[in-house]
Amino acid sequence: MAFCRISDRPIRLREPVAQPDALIIQDPTLLHQASLFDGLRIPNGYVLINSARKLDELGIGSYLRELPLDHVVTAPATELALRYVGRPLPNSTLLGAFAAMTGELRLESVLAAIRQKFAGKIGEANAVAAQAAYDLISQSQAREEIHVEAD
Amino acid sequence: MPFHQIKFYQTGTFTVGNRLLEESDRAVQSGIQRSNALNSGHRACQGCGEALGARYAVDAAMRASGGNLVAVNATGCLEVFSTPYPETSWQVAWMHSLFGNAAAVAAGVAAATKAQGRTNVRVIAQGGDGGTADIGMGCLSGMFERNDDVLYICYDNEAYMNTGVQRSGTTPAGARTATTPAVGSQPGNVFGQGKSVPLIAMAHGIPYVATASVANLHDLEYKVEKAVPIHGARYIHIHVPCPLGWGSEPHDTIKVARMAVESGLFPLFEAEFGEVTERTLIRRKQPAEEYLKLQKRFAHLFRPVRDEERIAAIQAIADRNIRRFGLENGARS
Amino acid sequence: MWKQIEGSRAVAETVAMCRPQVICAYPITPQTHIVEGLGEMVKSGALAGCEFLNVESEFGALSVAIGASAAGARAYTATASQGLLFMAEAVYNAAGLGLPIVMTIGNRAIGAPINIWNDHSDSMSMRDSGWIQLHAENNQEAADLHIQAFRLAEELSCPVMVCMDGFILTHAYDRIDVPLQHQVDAWLPPFEPRQMLDPAAPVSIGAMVGPEAFSEVRYLAHHKQLRALERIPEISREFGEAFGRESGGLLRPYRIEGADTIVVALGSVNGTIQEAVDELRSDNVAIGSISICSFRPFPLDAVGSALSGAKRVVVIDKSLAPGLGGMLATDVQMAVSSGRQRVYTVIAGLGGRPITKASLLTLFHQARADALENVTFLDLNWDIVNRQLARELATRRSGPAAENILKDLGTLSSRVI
Repeated sequence: MAFCRISDRPIRLREPVAQPDALIIQDPTLLHQASLFDGLRIPNGYVLINSARKLDELGIGSYLRELPLDHVVTAPATELALRYVGRPLPNSTLLGAFAAMTGELRLESVLAAIRQKFAGKIGEANAVAAQAAYDLISQSQAREEIHVEAD
Repeated sequence: MPFHQIKFYQTGTFTVGNRLLEESDRAVQSGIQRSNALNSGHRACQGCGEALGARYAVDAAMRASGGNLVAVNATGCLEVFSTPYPETSWQVAWMHSLFGNAAAVAAGVAAATKAQGRTNVRVIAQGGDGGTADIGMGCLSGMFERNDDVLYICYDNEAYMNTGVQRSGTTPAGARTATTPAVGSQPGNVFGQGKSVPLIAMAHGIPYVATASVANLHDLEYKVEKAVPIHGARYIHIHVPCPLGWGSEPHDTIKVARMAVESGLFPLFEAEFGEVTERTLIRRKQPAEEYLKLQKRFAHLFRPVRDEERIAAIQAIADRNIRRFGLENGARS
Repeated sequence: MWKQIEGSRAVAETVAMCRPQVICAYPITPQTHIVEGLGEMVKSGALAGCEFLNVESEFGALSVAIGASAAGARAYTATASQGLLFMAEAVYNAAGLGLPIVMTIGNRAIGAPINIWNDHSDSMSMRDSGWIQLHAENNQEAADLHIQAFRLAEELSCPVMVCMDGFILTHAYDRIDVPLQHQVDAWLPPFEPRQMLDPAAPVSIGAMVGPEAFSEVRYLAHHKQLRALERIPEISREFGEAFGRESGGLLRPYRIEGADTIVVALGSVNGTIQEAVDELRSDNVAIGSISICSFRPFPLDAVGSALSGAKRVVVIDKSLAPGLGGMLATDVQMAVSSGRQRVYTVIAGLGGRPITKASLLTLFHQARADALENVTFLDLNWDIVNRQLARELATRRSGPAAENILKDLGTLSSRVI
């Protein structure tokens, strides 16, 4: 588990994030093994799950009923990473999806950070993957095709 | 005018004969230009092999380096008797840090002088067998494997002498020390233990390894002068009798050292990059027990009864060395 | 130059700018990224005129630094926890010889039981070795303190430890203003040794000193620490003037004006404490905090003065003195010994246990009601403790305590699902 705080003011708090405003789940196999959603802020929290499957197929829709529809998103980050980067490393791809889902970050910032962190072709490939995830989520949000498990 | 034949004799001593040699072949110690790096006034015991060895070794190193020498000393006899507060006998840039870190401190000095561009400075590290084979082994091995530009000189008197003669990793089999007393069914140091630091040094594949003895001071100086200008890790292991700890007569120090060499118990050899390149042949092979008899630390092997088994075991160690290093006729097996 | 950078990396880049000449590295979590960063810079040539040695142990590391410093080179190394203990002999040796080595400590708990996470037990174990010990509150300060450390060390001929919380700071990505080379060059002069191994002017360093002079030599070490008390704030000020930001110094008060309760702590937890203080202050609670930067020399007068107006002091202590209380707390108590403040020792964050704002708020509430014990263990799981005590009472062969407790924790969590 890793955590991050984003703020306009100096960040002084050092404790791990226990009440996230947003949760990114890189490994969906954890969904039924640990209580991942404890502390998630309701009603406006975000959940981004790395999965090619739809939410109802993952079987956790009922946990997240109190969140707005477009705050719970799945993105096939591993698959996109495999396609554009050639390795199943979804991290940077998920950042693109996160930017689209929350609007907390601009896509340009995400791409610039990726290129700065990873040099040359690898950075480019990761940026392309992140862009692809961003576009996917933006488009599906525009179409409002998020499915949530029925009761 | 009648022709007188003048004969020069030197008999009955083992002193370094220089007058008959060309100047260039004479020992460093014989010259008045020698550095006297370890100056008189130190507190070593009468007959101390280490003081003798260090004086020869460091002056040779000073000559070979043109006086551009830094010495790092481990805790031990040499350090203690040479720097009794508020005096020091050293006339060379000298540092003492701890017991087990001489090799690492010397590596630091060498790194510093390299970073500073002081490329002519040569660094030596000095320690006894305790500080080298035991507590210093970690740092020593690290220095060797990094091939740091340090010449490490070990003065081996085969026990922790400064603290009262306790057994170390180079204490020979059967020897009495304060922690391997001559009592019980296995008196003296246990057989089958111990380590050869020269062989360990060779195993690291470093540019130069040599053993030397105060029995052959020319040879000792030669090896130091050969080692100093080499860049990379080098190791010289010098056998130095300790009259106090060994129970030998102070005036017998060189004789005892010679017996160790001539019996095969202390082989003299050189090695480069892990291979033996030179060895000093034994001139007149001595039975190991003639060496042992000179030292009270082996007295229990002879009195009240001869311990034939253990004497034979020590002879076997000598024989094995002779075979292994080809000390009798150059033939190795 | 502003960078979003890992704390360790910022320290590495800053240390590199101090133009060290010998760096020795032995890996130990959580400082490894620092020496890896420096090693890369030396290997690539980005850091020139520097020898980088991969040593065989921490004892070797500090010993190499000792030799290098004695030969007149600026020397640096880093360690933590077990590594610091392994070099303990050399730590005292360096201070005793007056060698201005700078060493980063990535604060980490000491085992057994083995634990790689943060607390202050490691640097605390060497608190009376004669080294100066500075604690960084955040990664910006961690980087800045290294520049100050070299200057302080070389002026006083005294080695300096810069302590930064392992993982919390070392592995955190922060927005840090990494100084530029020309700024550091202008502020930090080249090393001018007081003693040097120089064949042209030979001296003997490291003599044995007997009863007739040892006390005097040790008094001089004490005197050095007292001089450091004066120089540390001055160097902090000089740094501030040149680099335009506050860092270092003896201590930093936060909203202590009119506070009847003042919280004292070392290092990164001060950030969380300040958040709690702000929340309470917005409810008009008279509370403040002090972040101590210079732990050695311990600023008795400055701490005593800062705490003089308080009724009570709460020390958040990441270093347990078993059977007694806290190591930081003991020193704080000495600072207020002539006053009437109640001092509460709170042992917290051991082995990396998170210190949460919520827990602190509850704690401060209890403190203000004077409803705390003298020594409190924050967020302790009493159930687990009591189980183990009962286990030991029930059978002699109760087994390794740590393993028993971990099994208990495993049992407990499996009940949740």
